[in-house]
Amino acid sequence: MPTLAIRLQRYQPEQDNAPHWQDFRVEYDDSTSVLDALEQIKAGQDSSLSYRWSCRMAICGSCGVMVNGVPKLGCKTFLRDYPKGLQLAPLGNFPVEKDLIVDMSRFLDHLTAIKPYLIAEAAPPSQPHRQTPAQLARYKQFSNCINCGLCYAACPQFGLKPDFLGPAAIALAHRYNLDSRDSGKAERMAQLNSDNGVWGCTFVGYCSTVCPKGVDPAAAVNQGKIASTLDGVIQWFKPAKEQSK
Amino acid sequence: MPEIVKTLSTDVLVVGGGGAGLRSAIAASEANPKLSVTLLSKVYPMRSHTVAAEGGAAAVTLGHDSLQAHFDDTVAGSDWLAEQGVVDYFVKHAFEELVQLEHWGCPWSRQQSGEVQVRRFGGMKTERTWFAADKTGFHILHTLFQTSLKYPQINRLDEYFLLDLLVHEQRCYGVLAIEIASGELVQIKAASVILATGGAGRVYQFNTNGGIVTGDGMALAYRHGVALRDMEFVQYHPTGLPGSGILITEACRGEGGILLNKEGYRYLQDYGLGPETPLGKPQNKTMELGPRDKLSQAFWHEQQQGRTISHPQGEVVHLDLRHLGQRYLLERLPFICELAKAYVNVDPVKSPIPIRPAVHYTMGGILTDANCATSIAGLYAVGECASIGLHGANRLGSNSLTELLVFGKVAGREAARVASEPHPEATDALISKLTEQAVSPLKRLHSGNGTERWHELRQQLAESMEQGCGIYRCEAGLQQTLSTLGQLQHRYQQLRLGDTGKAFNTERLHALELGFGLDVAEAMCQAALERKESRGAHQRQEPGLTNRNDQDFLRHSLAFYQAGSGARIEWQTVDTSLSPPAERRYGGQPQTDKPPKESC
Repeated sequence: MPTLAIRLQRYQPEQDNAPHWQDFRVEYDDSTSVLDALEQIKAGQDSSLSYRWSCRMAICGSCGVMVNGVPKLGCKTFLRDYPKGLQLAPLGNFPVEKDLIVDMSRFLDHLTAIKPYLIAEAAPPSQPHRQTPAQLARYKQFSNCINCGLCYAACPQFGLKPDFLGPAAIALAHRYNLDSRDSGKAERMAQLNSDNGVWGCTFVGYCSTVCPKGVDPAAAVNQGKIASTLDGVIQWFKPAKEQSK
Repeated sequence: MPEIVKTLSTDVLVVGGGGAGLRSAIAASEANPKLSVTLLSKVYPMRSHTVAAEGGAAAVTLGHDSLQAHFDDTVAGSDWLAEQGVVDYFVKHAFEELVQLEHWGCPWSRQQSGEVQVRRFGGMKTERTWFAADKTGFHILHTLFQTSLKYPQINRLDEYFLLDLLVHEQRCYGVLAIEIASGELVQIKAASVILATGGAGRVYQFNTNGGIVTGDGMALAYRHGVALRDMEFVQYHPTGLPGSGILITEACRGEGGILLNKEGYRYLQDYGLGPETPLGKPQNKTMELGPRDKLSQAFWHEQQQGRTISHPQGEVVHLDLRHLGQRYLLERLPFICELAKAYVNVDPVKSPIPIRPAVHYTMGGILTDANCATSIAGLYAVGECASIGLHGANRLGSNSLTELLVFGKVAGREAARVASEPHPEATDALISKLTEQAVSPLKRLHSGNGTERWHELRQQLAESMEQGCGIYRCEAGLQQTLSTLGQLQHRYQQLRLGDTGKAFNTERLHALELGFGLDVAEAMCQAALERKESRGAHQRQEPGLTNRNDQDFLRHSLAFYQAGSGARIEWQTVDTSLSPPAERRYGGQPQTDKPPKESC
């Protein structure tokens, strides 16, 4: 079986002052993923290597990693596409905890902040709402986010300013705002209108390029800016009483 | 020696952040908003394996369907080994739970009218499977996770690993966990504990399961004396990708996909599932819409007879979706198109997908009553880790996602009730003593004296289970696997870790998971050995054992843990009060089960 060189960023918090590079070689064929390569190293070469993974099928969102500087899912990136070898590092813009594991807590905080759940009048308890395929299609793509964090690793703004809500959280807020069953948009707009909301985005658009699930967070941010502007205009013309409500 | 660095206290502790765990946590919070609810999981909840479920969730929905029909399909699917009172409760509460999820925002696929769409599924008489494209588990999990954020009383402990239960004299007082990031030990006292830790499919080599599906909760309950019920029934999903075992949903066949052997022949008609249905006109409970056990067994026979197709990663048959057309495939099965392309380089619009059976689901699990209570006071179990008795000898696709919701709610409500009532509390001295016992396996792992490596042992476990406890079983094969498991148990005592650090020591976690897997595998094999009949997913090859034998085995197996000497099996009566045992029939033909060729 042919082999390939892999340069890995290592960081063992109990031993290392700073991350450093270590070289490995792995065997591979047409089906070997970056995740398979990591498992090969952990099983056969260095059992202390740490990384997150679970489903192996690009749906659980655990195994995000920088491959030659580009955020990717390890399980859906194949060695066959890197004949000159590859370099693996933890997802950018997040604090490193150990080897390829980063601290995701800020990401989770941002998701939580935008109230990512249906806010609605109580529906008749025994029957589903009606929602046509066209209504579903309005928000569907934004509901496909797997929370892998690749878009945060791609976002220069999040890198500079970690309080920025970031692409996935804004896309998720947008997903609920667009849902015909939801009436919680006003509650989410405070976050989206804030300095850390849609206006924090400088519209690089790289978030949408790296998304492994075809979600377009940049579009969510852009549409959010329009909504935010309209929201501002409406607030401007609303009677004071209603504004304070 | 690891020291306890943190002590926490909560009213209800839920272990596991998948569908069952999240639904329980929400139910407990709603049952009594004054309670503190802690949700502990070894991964962030949205990584839990519920995420990988594709096809859908069953509930009687259409006017011409009936609760009785869903009940009958489930009981027949179980080969009459389901608890019928439990099935009855389940079918009656399925619809309201799917509606509840709709009210929480789940993006169910819709008809033009805006009503929820249902699809066909294997072994189901009528279309009753709700779906969200082919990512139903993903959407259910994210909807539940996001909804759980509404409840301030739910305190999450993300990336905490369950090390042991704190049990004394048949009562559970809490758990001991490892905070994965720091590697420190955390003691959590709780009035009631719900195990929602998922299945154990990773004890097999070819499986559709995520790396985290390692039987943790099952093994811990078992070690504390709770029976594991019906563990011999392990579901092989008929359509996994070769090599990886990645799941290709049954919904492919529900939408009209067909299975072909190397002659391009729809071989299922030879296995009591015919007559052949016209292309593009799938018929419920017929051909490709037969139940999973029968389809996986049919593959085994085709392979024995040399009619499977050689693929670089093993023998396969073809799942052909081409006649459905690009537009329909992208609407109904977009994830399947993505998976096939990424992992076997096949575009289902243009070519058939190579598939083979892969272990998918453990029908058995921690014995509970109909309220999700185990034999230990204050300890509940729900979802794939539990055996409430819904699936018997074979689970029907799309019943398990609904199970997470229906019984997750029950478990949460019951755990909240117990936590709200007066209950005994453990003294600090008792908790210290229980903790001392619980850390002993860790001490051994860290002693540094051993020579064995976890990954070799894990590999041998997975190969041996596949070899001796697979689709067809026989005494010699099972004995061989049991003997291998005994050796692996012995070698496990000599494990040595290469990673001696504490922070994110994933090697240590894999080692602990391997220990859980070995115990669960022993229970599976011992129960399989002693069930001398063929029923559902458990098929024996020896003459005289190839048929169902209600006289002797219309009973649940109960596996009890015996430290150092494998499982002890007892038998338990099955509730057949609503539907007496009858022949399972699929397709339009009389039952023609093929006796397996002896290859043992």
